[in-house]
Amino acid sequence: MSGWLTRNIPKIVVAPSLAAVLFFVYGFIVWTGYVSLTRSRIMPRYDFDGFGQYVKLFRTPRWDVAMENLFVFGLLFIAVSIALGLLLAVLLDQRIRAEGAIRTIYLYPMALSFIVTGTAWKWILNPGLGIESVVRSWGWESFSFDWLVDPEMAIYTVVIAGVWQASGFVMALFLAGLRSVDQEVIKAAMVDGINLPRIYVSIVIPSLSPVFLSAVIVLAHLAIKSFDLVIALTGGGPGYATDLPATYMYAMAFSRGDLGQAAASATVMMMTVAAIIVPYLYSELRPRHD
Amino acid sequence: MAAQNDAVLKIEGLTKSFQNVHVLMNIDLAIEEGAFLVLVGPSGCGKSTLLNCVAGLEAPTSGRILIGGRDMTDAAPKDRDIAMVFQSYALYPNMSVARNITFGMKVRGATRAEQRSALEKVAHMLKIDHLLNRRPAHLSGGQRQRVAMGRALVRQPKLFLFDEPLSNLDAKLRVEMRAEIKRLHRALGATIVYVTHDQTEAMSLATEVAVMEGGVIAQLGPPQQVYDYPVNTFVAGFIGSPAMNFINGRISKDGGAIRIQVSFDGATRELPADHYPFGGGIEDGAEVILGIRPEYVSGSDPSADRPNVALDLVPTLVETNGFDQHVNLAFGDSEISGRFSPREQIKLGTPVRTRIDLSQISVFDRETRQRL
Ligand SMILES: Nc1ncnc2c1ncn2[C@@H]1O[C@H](COP(=O)(O)OP(=O)(O)O)[C@@H](O)[C@H]1O
Ligand SMILES: [Mg+2]
Repeated sequence: MSGWLTRNIPKIVVAPSLAAVLFFVYGFIVWTGYVSLTRSRIMPRYDFDGFGQYVKLFRTPRWDVAMENLFVFGLLFIAVSIALGLLLAVLLDQRIRAEGAIRTIYLYPMALSFIVTGTAWKWILNPGLGIESVVRSWGWESFSFDWLVDPEMAIYTVVIAGVWQASGFVMALFLAGLRSVDQEVIKAAMVDGINLPRIYVSIVIPSLSPVFLSAVIVLAHLAIKSFDLVIALTGGGPGYATDLPATYMYAMAFSRGDLGQAAASATVMMMTVAAIIVPYLYSELRPRHD
Repeated sequence: MAAQNDAVLKIEGLTKSFQNVHVLMNIDLAIEEGAFLVLVGPSGCGKSTLLNCVAGLEAPTSGRILIGGRDMTDAAPKDRDIAMVFQSYALYPNMSVARNITFGMKVRGATRAEQRSALEKVAHMLKIDHLLNRRPAHLSGGQRQRVAMGRALVRQPKLFLFDEPLSNLDAKLRVEMRAEIKRLHRALGATIVYVTHDQTEAMSLATEVAVMEGGVIAQLGPPQQVYDYPVNTFVAGFIGSPAMNFINGRISKDGGAIRIQVSFDGATRELPADHYPFGGGIEDGAEVILGIRPEYVSGSDPSADRPNVALDLVPTLVETNGFDQHVNLAFGDSEISGRFSPREQIKLGTPVRTRIDLSQISVFDRETRQRL
């Protein structure tokens, strides 16, 4: 009896959380998937209706804007965060003084919630309160920086705030990677007549490809999930100019009373995430040969 | 000007400190073309730091470094006409073997044809032709070290620097690569500075050995000379395996005869030392350390004309290695080690007749520990 208990105690302990995860995560994924195939409005209805919600979704201009924004935001957010994070890491790798303090300063934004970041940048970028009004008060009366209220440019303010938050984290990732590079390799390259920028470009950075992969995965899922940043910074506006799929789904589910549309958009988002994560898991989890 | 500087490498008064830790103190050194200088010493004595200063990877605190007669103290590593091989091999992990070898040439502006012919030559010389398309991660330690040497060879430098290149290899491979390096040295007539903590490696490779201790060069000379005439007890104990025996003694002068009194087990023996060339003369009653190599402590009769002494000593440890027996013998409170013929029957605890050949002794001042 006690032997049976000892052997099975790990299973017993994880069983409730496993059951909860199965029900609340995977159960509701299935439920959402089913609702997306019905004509649910404010309340769910369970009569099967095929792919009508998806057809409607892809005919909605607001959804097109949301997907396009996700594409622009995701691409710029990932690319700029990696470029900036890598640059900071390389500079910090030169064994400068006060490195610990600088690293903490850059890493700190990651500890904030996106709501705080969004609210802070809303004030900084607000033409009447932030950068524009400060520069005008210094005497440049014609200075204008009103991306936050410009439907064409507003999505880029989301990129700025997101990059501000994430690039320090990316820097920490790359710095750890740089520190694990064998110093003798760098010495060998210097004796071999290769200058320092070239050593980084041709030898050090290519050896960081696992770090690039981790950074892209982390940033991609941040980009897809970045609902709170948009809500706090622009509220999806002006109009729906900075809508992302997540804010679109939220609007459909909770203010438009269109559960069917919300479920369909949620399913499309999940497919997008899976398209990124599954190849990653596949490459990480397959048995290694070397 | 050039004529008087035929030293490939010349180091003058080199000092290196990290903050207030003095790692190298006033190093002077000169080696000629074709020399194989081995810097040997215990871990942490500053060998790598000295080599890094020569390579330009560390800036000396003071002193000068001349390579090929030109002052290179402040030159960048790439301008020093050197190549270096590291303990960790330091191959470029993202490049194939071929590219590892030719990348430096490419950056230095060599044409593709030049790169290819240089690559073919060294690949053949090092027998790595079949590995050229592999990544370093897919090579064994010995293969990696060959590639690292290939990368150094294509530079055709004035001076090769090796920092413990064999320390990560297993014993058998180490002996093989040692022979390989020696062969390359001969074939190319290369000038080499080689760092190791392994005195066997130092003795077998070097044309010149520099024994380092705590940031200074204790002794510099051909390996046999360092072995036979160590300048102090540190060098004497560090070079040679098993280590030299040290026995405390006292000089006694009786008319013209010089003897060394050695006490053990309550008795005092006088050992003849007339043949020993005491440099600046020696005083009666001087306290000394007598150094005797284990191979001069044995059971066999040395030829009659050599000064020797016979003692009955009790074996405390016997190690057989096939070609001789390494025996520890109780000697008063301490032990001395000797080498006996494998045919000799030696039993622990039973005294054996031990002959100590005194023709190749070293005598050190007990105070200064310097050779007399
Ligand atoms: N960058 C450094 N900063 C401070 N101390 C150092 C540094 N590099 C080496 N040392 C010290 O210098 C001494 C000699 O080091 P090293 O030349 O690597 O010894 P070896 O190669 O003979 O083992 C060691 O005590 C080491 O701690
Ligand atoms: Mg070292």
